[in-house]
Amino acid sequence: MDGFKRRILDWLNERLGGEGIEEFLRHKRVPLHEHTFWYYFGGMALFLFVIQVLTGILLLMYYRPTASGAFESVQFIMTQVKFGWLIRSIHSWSANLMILVVFIHMFSVFFMKAYRRPRELTWVSGMLIFFIVLGFGFSGYLLPWNTLAFFATKVGTDMAGFVPFIGKWIMIFLRGGDQVTGATLTRFFGFHVAVLPGLATLLLAFHLLLVQRLGMSVPPGVEKRIKEGLEPERSIPFFPNFLLRDIMGWYAALGVLGALAAIFPWELGTKANPFGSAPAGIHPEWYFLFMYQTLKYLPSKVFFIDGELLGLMLFGAAGALWVIIPFLDYKAGGFGRRTRFFTGLGIFALGYIIVMSLLAIV
Amino acid sequence: MIDANSGKSAAPPAEGPADSSRRWVNLILGTGVVATIASFIYPAIRYVIPPPVAEATNLSVVAAKVGELKNNSAKVFRFGSEPAILIRDSEGKYLAFTAVCTHLGCTVQYRPDLHEIWCPCHNGTYDLQGRNVSGPPPRPLAQFQVHIQGEDIVVVRNA
Repeated sequence: MDGFKRRILDWLNERLGGEGIEEFLRHKRVPLHEHTFWYYFGGMALFLFVIQVLTGILLLMYYRPTASGAFESVQFIMTQVKFGWLIRSIHSWSANLMILVVFIHMFSVFFMKAYRRPRELTWVSGMLIFFIVLGFGFSGYLLPWNTLAFFATKVGTDMAGFVPFIGKWIMIFLRGGDQVTGATLTRFFGFHVAVLPGLATLLLAFHLLLVQRLGMSVPPGVEKRIKEGLEPERSIPFFPNFLLRDIMGWYAALGVLGALAAIFPWELGTKANPFGSAPAGIHPEWYFLFMYQTLKYLPSKVFFIDGELLGLMLFGAAGALWVIIPFLDYKAGGFGRRTRFFTGLGIFALGYIIVMSLLAIV
Repeated sequence: MIDANSGKSAAPPAEGPADSSRRWVNLILGTGVVATIASFIYPAIRYVIPPPVAEATNLSVVAAKVGELKNNSAKVFRFGSEPAILIRDSEGKYLAFTAVCTHLGCTVQYRPDLHEIWCPCHNGTYDLQGRNVSGPPPRPLAQFQVHIQGEDIVVVRNA
């Protein structure tokens, strides 16, 4: 058997050039230290993304992206199609878990200063993927065409209209008209199943390529202790040691997803009525709650600026700052005031998101 | 063609007619490429901006029947392409406003317990004159006229 495997590998190596994959698998190592745990979240996000692609393809078999048929088609999936409830519930739960895992991955990378030279582009591409993930959430949320989704989309696209100069165009582009209608649903469907997956795949490939090229980052604190001889430099092979641990995590995640889908099947709600009132207690998905709560607190006018325009500008500026943070925190390898300031900024951002989200729930 | 690179001198070759014509060729080619790209992008951008749908021209609509609404209640109805709200206040008087919140475009509802118009999305309120009285809404709700014509309650938009 081993000889047969060897022959296949040789055959492949001859055609693919060198011993690329074998070499890669043999040499890639993962640093082992007190923060190694956080390395698993990137792989976990990737795993959940794969789950999304697979269950998404299955949902496509029955889903119809029209105002008159969308709600009914999801209802059909949930009630008539064998295991339809399972597939849709896993898609919804996995989407939410993926966003949670991506948040954890982002903040762990942030606090471990893994974005420092030479990994700036890994961070930037990761942030772009993060925005795409939020876009997936926002566009996918509308697809069942229920009341909550309808008003969430109305508010979300209305906010885009506040962007100076081109806001109105963006809003019309997103909605496919002046109002949220079936045209919006068709567009969001296109974004959700074609545009965003394409972009996500390209960016993911780039992101993963950089991770492979540069290896895993060791936090500055650990790096320093290793340099001072206070801690030995330890690592484990990626293949099979780290990958097997990854797979254990993925296997557990599958179990959690199945359990969540079975115990808490995702609700469908009521069909959207464009000419009905927004229901009381309406709120966006949890990952937009901190922005939603901020908008609630902002008065209609702050000096001469509209409250929501101010909110939009603040979040836009904060998001842009977050993307370019490796270039601002360029002394992240040390322990000086500059880099401590950015750590503080991260703690503030995390605290703000958590507190505002909690305030929105209670 | 004269080849400027074949000159034996090691010094940087002076700009000859060849360089000048090469620049021209590059400029023309470049312009052509840019124009070609623009000619692809422009239709694509225009394509994704949907054609304007004719503005709802109806200036009036039958919002409800007489007797349909009790005192201190309301209903949301379709007025052109947007929702509007017909309110019957505690004294039985009819009032009509656009139901599109001036904040972020949610559809408002009547709160009989508060005698106010309320937007549940971000907790904005308007009084029964449509004035924004609390929460984030920046502007009042536009008011429509209400006429009773026989059995019909007709809401009229000012032209």
